[in-house]
Amino acid sequence: MSTIASSASAQPAILSIDNIYLLIGFVVLFLVVKTLQDKHHPKRLTTALFWGLFGSVFLFGDLSAAYLGENLTHRWVGSFVIAIAILAGMGKVSMGSYDVPSDEVQTASARRIGNKLFIPAVLIPIVTVVCTILLKDIQVAGLFVFDQSHVTLAALTLACTVALLVSWKFTGGSPFQALGESRRLVDSIGWAAILPQMLAMLGGVFIVANTGTAIQDLVTLFVSPDNRFMLVVIYCVGMALFTMVMGNAFAAFPVMTAGIAVPFLIQGHGASPAPLVAIGMYSGYCGTLMTPMAANFNIVPAALLDLKDKYQVIKVQIPTALSLLIINILLMYGVIFND
Amino acid sequence: MSELNFLPLTGILVVILGFAFRFNPLLVVTCAGLVTGWAVDLDYLTLLETFGEKFLNSRQLASFLLLLPVIAILERYGLQQHAKSWIASIKGATTARILSVYFVVRECSAALGLINLAGQPQTVRPLLAPMALGAASNMHGDLPKPVRDMISAHAAACDNIAVFFGEDIFIAFGAVLLMDAFLRENGITGIEPLHIGLWAIPTAIAALIVHLFRLARLEAKIRTQIALHAEQNGSNTSNSVAREELA
Repeated sequence: MSTIASSASAQPAILSIDNIYLLIGFVVLFLVVKTLQDKHHPKRLTTALFWGLFGSVFLFGDLSAAYLGENLTHRWVGSFVIAIAILAGMGKVSMGSYDVPSDEVQTASARRIGNKLFIPAVLIPIVTVVCTILLKDIQVAGLFVFDQSHVTLAALTLACTVALLVSWKFTGGSPFQALGESRRLVDSIGWAAILPQMLAMLGGVFIVANTGTAIQDLVTLFVSPDNRFMLVVIYCVGMALFTMVMGNAFAAFPVMTAGIAVPFLIQGHGASPAPLVAIGMYSGYCGTLMTPMAANFNIVPAALLDLKDKYQVIKVQIPTALSLLIINILLMYGVIFND
Repeated sequence: MSELNFLPLTGILVVILGFAFRFNPLLVVTCAGLVTGWAVDLDYLTLLETFGEKFLNSRQLASFLLLLPVIAILERYGLQQHAKSWIASIKGATTARILSVYFVVRECSAALGLINLAGQPQTVRPLLAPMALGAASNMHGDLPKPVRDMISAHAAACDNIAVFFGEDIFIAFGAVLLMDAFLRENGITGIEPLHIGLWAIPTAIAALIVHLFRLARLEAKIRTQIALHAEQNGSNTSNSVAREELA
């Protein structure tokens, strides 16, 4: 099942993963400069520092690993990560000020451009899928276009570039304007943009600390490792329950998957990983629909809509969430085992 | 069986407590990592290196940043306004139909990565809930508060469910890349984000069927609720109020 990726990743490519990281680094650097130029930004310097620390990991990470060695690189990146967490934890990262055209202007241009506004957005997934499936192996001057071990991401990068050029044509706004505009979106996402990466990091620490083994031991107390169906039930229901407690399926995923799915289902029964994790994450989302801990989705709307019962959105969602949890369990049991 | 060692689980406890007390999630997650390392006696430098190594190895999670310039430029030129007027132009509206059409459009656009195109504050409150309420009051006249609340709650639920079960199809969404990073981190290779995204489709379709089925029954539910309310009003409160509502 596990194939060795290292040989493939050694093949040079135009859109190699290293180049993609550099590109992300430059995008972030551009945002940092724009933030520093924003004179009305309430937390200009700390917000710029936050993104600057983050961006430098992309700009200098691979370079540093090549010249300073891996250990030293990992140390400074680790220190940067802690600094990023402290900056966010002290509330030093905020929105700035943006020059957004009025609603009338936007409505007028929406009317002028019409459905063409949808085209660049729809192009992104289409180009990505077409490149990933059909153009994966193409070479230019002996170089692969797409990084052979990160084909989807390389294709996505190309798709974004194509979409950016097409939206330039339709809207008349240049790619530089687009980059500047994206600061508004990045700032509105804020620290949450880094959360998935932090959770992946926590998952990594859990692996080093053998947290999965502890959960594994806990699970074997309750269920026989030979009972495939019960393992699937425990993984899916566990994802939902743990998500309800944490309010976030992303946080539950690494713990439950390392503890139950990898040792018992993938290693124990040869389950196929892609459907396993996809359906597992969706089981977690069923939990998100049923918990007040996911306040943004379940409690804030109740306030926005002036509902008498602040749990009413959750109550309306429970029947769908439970049905989908059952469907997920049956679906997972039906598709992950190949023998 | 060997003796159970639950010390590695302390980090999970930190995460639960941190989220419960609503500390900043980045801080919570970092502290959970530090506490876990401390609990299992990792030395300080090794832990710092683990932080750095894992953060560096999961950089692909930030690739969604490449999408934002495209979305940003489209928004500047009226993407949201266009999407709103497009939905508002749909004719023959009943509450259930409005919510169903919104659900389908929202789930499909989330699958294309347009997650921020709509949302609770942007579209549900100003657009979807008023439209759903408007359609119901066109049919039934003034709506009692419990019925209004039920319809509004359904509007909010539509947005949540549609976006949750649509977004994982889109390969640059954080969840898909997190799963990809997790598999690589655990030495399971040869799987592309695209495979994971494709396996999100069956559940997405199931969500569509289950929820549209529930919405199809919503009209009848509204009718019974209104009848129930009128009946209660007739027996419990003074007749004048009931007569006023009938008039």
